[in-house]
Formats: sequence, C-alpha cells, structure tokens
Amino acid sequence: MGKIPTSRRDFLKAAGISSLGLAVGISGFTKDASLKKITPAVLRLEINPFIIIDTSGGITLVNPRPDMGQGSTQAVPSLLAEELEVSLDKVLIVQSDGMGKYGSQTSGGSSSVRGLWMPIRKAGAAAREMLTTTAAKRWNVALSECTAADGKIWHKASGRSLSYSELADEASKLEIPKEPKLKDPKDFKIIGKYNKRLDVPERVTGKAVYGIDVDVPGMVYAAIVHSPMIHGKVASIEDTEAKKVKGVLQVIKTERTMPHRTSEAVAVVATNWWAALKGKRALKVNWDNADYAKTVDTASYFAATYEAAKKEGVNFEEKGDFTVKYANAKEKLESHYETPFLAHAPIEPENAVVHVKDDGTVEIWAPVQGPDWAMRDVCGYLKVKPEQVKINVTLLGGAFGRKAYHDFLLEACHISKELKRPVKVIWTREDDITQGPYRPGMLSHMQGFVQDGKIAGFHHHAIGESIVGQVFKGLKEDEADPWLSEEISTANNKYEFAGASKVSWTHVKTDIPVVWWRSVYASNFGWGQECFIDELAHLAQKDPLKARLEILPDERFKKVLDTLAEKANWDEKLPAGSGRGMAVFKSFGSISACCITVSKKDAGVKIDKVVSVIDCGYYVNPDNVKAQTEGNIVMGITAAIKDGITFSNGVCDQTNYHQFNVMRLNEAPPMEIHIIDSGAVPGGVGEPGLPPIAPALGNAIFAATGKRLRKLPFDINNIT
Amino acid sequence: MAVYNLSLNGKKVKVDVEPDMPLLWVIRDFADLKGTKFGCGMALCGACTIHLNGQPTRACQTPVSSVGRNDKITTIEGIADGKMSIIQKAWIEEQVPQCGYCQSGQIMSAAALLKSNPSPSDSDIDAAMSGNLCRCGTYDRIRKAIHRASAEMKVADKGIGQR
Repeated sequence: MGKIPTSRRDFLKAAGISSLGLAVGISGFTKDASLKKITPAVLRLEINPFIIIDTSGGITLVNPRPDMGQGSTQAVPSLLAEELEVSLDKVLIVQSDGMGKYGSQTSGGSSSVRGLWMPIRKAGAAAREMLTTTAAKRWNVALSECTAADGKIWHKASGRSLSYSELADEASKLEIPKEPKLKDPKDFKIIGKYNKRLDVPERVTGKAVYGIDVDVPGMVYAAIVHSPMIHGKVASIEDTEAKKVKGVLQVIKTERTMPHRTSEAVAVVATNWWAALKGKRALKVNWDNADYAKTVDTASYFAATYEAAKKEGVNFEEKGDFTVKYANAKEKLESHYETPFLAHAPIEPENAVVHVKDDGTVEIWAPVQGPDWAMRDVCGYLKVKPEQVKINVTLLGGAFGRKAYHDFLLEACHISKELKRPVKVIWTREDDITQGPYRPGMLSHMQGFVQDGKIAGFHHHAIGESIVGQVFKGLKEDEADPWLSEEISTANNKYEFAGASKVSWTHVKTDIPVVWWRSVYASNFGWGQECFIDELAHLAQKDPLKARLEILPDERFKKVLDTLAEKANWDEKLPAGSGRGMAVFKSFGSISACCITVSKKDAGVKIDKVVSVIDCGYYVNPDNVKAQTEGNIVMGITAAIKDGITFSNGVCDQTNYHQFNVMRLNEAPPMEIHIIDSGAVPGGVGEPGLPPIAPALGNAIFAATGKRLRKLPFDINNIT
Repeated sequence: MAVYNLSLNGKKVKVDVEPDMPLLWVIRDFADLKGTKFGCGMALCGACTIHLNGQPTRACQTPVSSVGRNDKITTIEGIADGKMSIIQKAWIEEQVPQCGYCQSGQIMSAAALLKSNPSPSDSDIDAAMSGNLCRCGTYDRIRKAIHRASAEMKVADKGIGQR
C-alpha cells in the first residue's frame, strides 16, 4: 500500500472547539433506536463538533451522513475507532441534525468515506495524541514510551495503563494538535477488514426505526392528492364523499414545493392513515391542466433529443479538431443510445412527520439524505432560523437520491402549519411512481473513427434535461452541463484517442421533474460510451477488452481490466449462442468494470453470470463494498431490462410495481465481486458499480446474438 | 367502527376500527408494531408479509374483518418468540440487509418456506421469495441466508451443537 494523499482541508482548524450543545435526543420515537441520548453533563473532551470522549468511558461520534442502507453508520465510526484504538462497538453514533457546525451532511455523490476519510481520522489521531500526552505527563515518562490500545494508554515498561475516561478531563485542557500523526495503513485493524455491521440485528428484528415508523403525541395523518399532470392547478374540490369517511378530519388545499417550482395539491387529513387514504380515493379534484398534456410527455421529449442530435451541441471539451477528422475518416461509425426516465422507487415511500409549533419552532422526523439540505429548505420555506428547527433524521428505507429532494417534507411543513398540530404525511406508491422527480431520460449521440486498427476518434454528444439546470436553475443557455466532468470527460474516463475527441451537450428541457438517481448521469451516459467503444472495437476488428487497453494508459484502469479479464475468464472460448460483454466506467472517484455472460434462450437471452471489479482506493469494509456492488448489479440490470417511466398526454403510464417492475429474486443472476487493493485515495462505493452494468449486458448480447441494442430498457426475453 | 379481538403474536389485542382496514394498518397504527412495512398497498412488494395461521400473507390486502378471533397473526416481532431465530441469525451472518426496510417481509416469507420445506432448493427459494421486492438488491445474500438457516436448522434438530 502506498502513501495516503492528505486532504488540503485542515479540518481541525476549521472545526475548532465549539460549545457542548451536542445533546441530540430522539424523544418522540416509538421505539428505542440505535441512537441514544447524551447528557451534556458527562461531556468532557470535545475534539471537534463530531467527537466526544466522556468521563464515563463513552465515545460519541456525530455521524454527518444519514444511513440509507449504504453503511455509513459503520464506515464513519470505523475511521474514528481505527485512529483512536478502540473497537467499533465502543463508539456511540448520533445522527447529525442539520446544524451548520457539522458542515456537509448529505449522503450523496458516494461521498461519506471520500469526504470524511481525512477529517475523522485526523480528529481521532488528535484525540489519541492528546490522551497519550496527558498520560505521559501524569506518569512523568517520555511520550515515546506510551501507546494507545483498547481504549487505554499504556506504559509498557511499567505495565501501567490509564483509561481514556480517566484522562479525558485533563486532556481537554491541551491544545489540539494541528497535524496529528495518522496511523500507517499497514497497522490498520479495522479499516479494510471484514467487520459485521452492528446495525444489522435491528434491521432483522423489526426494531429499526424508519421515517414511516415515527409517532408523536397528538399527530394526525395526511394522504395527498397530487396533480396528475404534475403542475396542474386545483380548479375545484368536491369533498362531500371524502368527508363522510370515518376518521377524516379535514380536506385542505396544500402545495408541493419542488426546488424549481411549486404545484398545487389537496390533503386529506384523518385520525389514521388508512382513513386518509380512503378519503383520498373518495375525493374528487378537478384540475386546470393548461398545456401540460404536451409538455409533460416523454415521446415528444425524446423526439426533441433526436432532433437536437442533428445539430452541433455546446462543446464541453475538444481535443484535436474532431469534426474535420471525423469528416475525413475512412472507418467511422455514428450511433444513438437512449436511456429512459426512471423512478427511484425505494420500498419505503416518501414520508415525514412535522410539527410546526405555536411558538414558531419546528420539529421534524423524516428519512432525509441530508439534514443540512433539509434545514436549508425548511428554513427557506417556513421563514424560520436554524435555531428554531430541530431535525431528527431517521433511518431511510432506501433512497437512491430521491430523499434528498424535499417536496414531501415541505408538504408536511405546509399542512402542519395550516393545522397547527403534528402531521405525518405518507405518500402512496402511486404518488412515488407518478409524481417523480425521476432520473432524466437521455440521448447519447455517438460518433467515432478507427485509424491504424485502433479506436482513434470519439465524440459523445450528451442530450437531454439538465439536473443542474432544472433543480438548481444553474445552467446558462450556452453552457454545457458542468456535471459532465464527473461522467464522460476524458479527464475522468482516461481514454486517450490518438486522433481527436469531443464531449458536447445540448440542453433539451422538459416539465417532467428530474433529479439525481443512483450514479446520476453516469447511469445514462455509461450506456452510450461503453456500448459505442464496443462498436468501434469491432470496427477495428479488435477484442473489445484489448481495444480498451490500447487507449487506456492509466495504470489503475489497466489493473482493473486485467483483473476483470482474469476473473471472468475473458479469453476462454464460449459455446455458440453464448457471449461475454464488458464495460468500464469511472464515477465518484472509483473505477468499476463489469463482465456479463449471456446465452441465447428462446427468443431472448439468459444472464449466466456477472463479474464486477472495483478499484475504490482505500475502503473501510470489504463486505460492504461487495454488498453495494451487488446492489448496483441488481439496480443496473433492472434499469436495463425492466420498466422505464413514460408520460403520455401529461400523465405517467406507470403507477405501481406491476407497471414499474424491478428485478425480483428469481431473476437475480449469479454474481461475483472483486476488489482491487490499490491503496489510492478513497473513492465512492455506493454508486460506481452501476454505470458499467447496462453496457456490459448490451455488449454481451451483441456477442451472443449479433444484435446491437441501443435503446434502454429492452425486453431480455425478446431480443429483436 | 367495530371491535375486533385479534390474536397477535400470542397476545389478545382488541381494536376498534373500520371493517375494511387492512391488517397492515391495524398492526402498525393500532397495535403499535412497526416492524411490518408499507410498500405498495397492492400485494406487489411483500414488505407487509405476516403469517396468518402460519401462512405467509400480505397484510395490506387483508381486511381486519376477514380475520377471526382465533386466527393466529404473527409479525416479525413475534417470529422468534422473543429470541433471535435461526433465520434472523443467518441473516446477520450473511449480512443481508442494506437499508433493511423490506427485510421483515423477506424473513417472514423465508420462515414460512423453511417451515414447510426445511431443505429448499434454489428453485424452491425462487418460487417462495419472488414476491418480496428488495430495491437495494440483496437477493444473492437472501438466497445464501436461507440455505444457511436450512443447514443450521438441521443441526439444531439433531441436537448437534446444543449446549
């Protein structure tokens, strides 16, 4: 393992020592969750806002990354426990509450370990150093004779030891070291080692508390009638039948506030959610839909993307004069690759409990990916200050990007403010599937050429709705979406084309709400990039893996591809009717490659095996890297062969899991994951495994059947 | 409203609710057992799977009025009779859950399968478990955990390893 690159960010300096206002209670939960109350009285050594070592021997870590299943409640404390020389079960985890002192607190962009790797380790190392110094002073021995282990400082020569709890009070009087010495990775006992997640038992006994499980005294329930065309206005409400439903208390007009615009909605409020749902079904709302039947529509959107492909886009980057070289090239190809809109469809639907109180304070219990963003949105919406808001982040029953978009939370804020009592909003599955926001559907217009038997020219023209543009209103008319840098820039994917290369962009807008979805644009553009590389490899009459190696001089990419070739038996001949396909993609700091083997079956193909390789640099728990990659394989194949989201005449054609099918257990292929120990700076784990899946499958199908698929999703049982 | 006497995890529970209220909402909001989850409301995802007289049943499609006072309802909270069951231990050994939201339903389906078929083949597992969705994609581990639990149950039945 090599040297660890250090972060430029001087976390300790930035964080400093703040007050002891760190008691994050979870009063109001129905059950005792894994989070526990801290009594400020026992707090002693507060290394920074995140870490407290108290005099009763407890170590508390404020986790600034909500856990939606990606394992942040293990990964983040592991970084601390490693440097502090304590076992993982000694660290009590408290979820951060969105207050500014905790900095960035959003689980997104596969950022937990990447972002906290240095700050949390440095904090742990600083605490260890302070405790060691204190012990050395007390024993009057040299600092070098003292070591930290098992929550104690030891003086080996005399066999003495002092526990952290005995030292914490005195240690807190020392200056916090600016550059504490981090452990050498070869001495890691926790990081990089298999460890069971301590939060698994509560997740198999029904004890884990998700947002939907929160009850607070005096709470009422709301079911929401949303605009079928997303943006329609309420023309009239016929609520006589709804109000006859036993348990229904009120029918009120409400609003769904998305980041970029607000739409009207109607809430049915009841003493229990079943009554609210019955009321919703009995309610008749007439909508003024304006022209949304035309603008909330996928067919016309995709037609516009294909039209846009006929024209030049805005250049994101260009190396060499691609247009001229492509025009003059003898061996060249042009293709269009399409990816659909997709719902996140976490099994726990969107929900929130909010109490806007008479005194102007607000308390929230909700499954949000980022309490900091939620704080910003709630304060902006209710015109209150962060000091007036208490956010209790619950566990998230899946999210995949959806629960960092707070329309459902702001709905609950609106209704609670109107009713002046706590309210629990639960969206139905139909709300979740028909209302969005969705991963945007995209078109990749590809051009490329071959010279001297090598892939030498490559142009990826990315076309579609911009998340930056719609969600953040942050894209100028003549600007290429900046998020392409994370996805298909040559700086990221490392392909070096001897002739010329270009990445361009055309913004095609839609009124369909869009947002990030697991791996963001990489989930779209990986399909075009990696299938088209495969096409060009065949044009060059090269093996697709070897053709990639010729244009990928980067050592880490090479290692990933060599490992994939070995583990997937790439060079082994397959019987007729079977084929292997592969793809490689870097996203969120990690390189992931995938090889899928398929064989013909009736009119379609069967997936025989999936082998994924990931180089995510340093990682915390290999088993969690594998788990996330398995999840990415399932979600990636689902995105390729199951349902997309379509809108016809303003209305979503899919309503529930029978029309928006996701992969089921009997369809999950055998899978194998290999992790490369590159010792590089940590990359993401939650998302990077996904982008290569669909193109590896498409390329495998080409190898087995000769059919080149360019549009997702496709029916794997009927390859035509 | 009507009063229903239910047998829930071996205890008598009395609720006063509408006859058409699905057992799911009775269990969650009136008996305050939150382990059984809402996912789709149409028996498509299996997150609400409970046992009704030992049979895996979708609580979201079971009106409370269809359940008699002697019908035995078992939820994830009652599956192990207070102790961690062999199946739940297998789930931990294989580190199955990611978000965990669907896992109550998965475990209830697996428990019913293993009761009727202590040595399920892969195709038996396919047949019994494909009604339970997992969006995190833990299927490979669910399969492994069921095989593990099956093996552990045989050991327990023979008294091997018992102390």
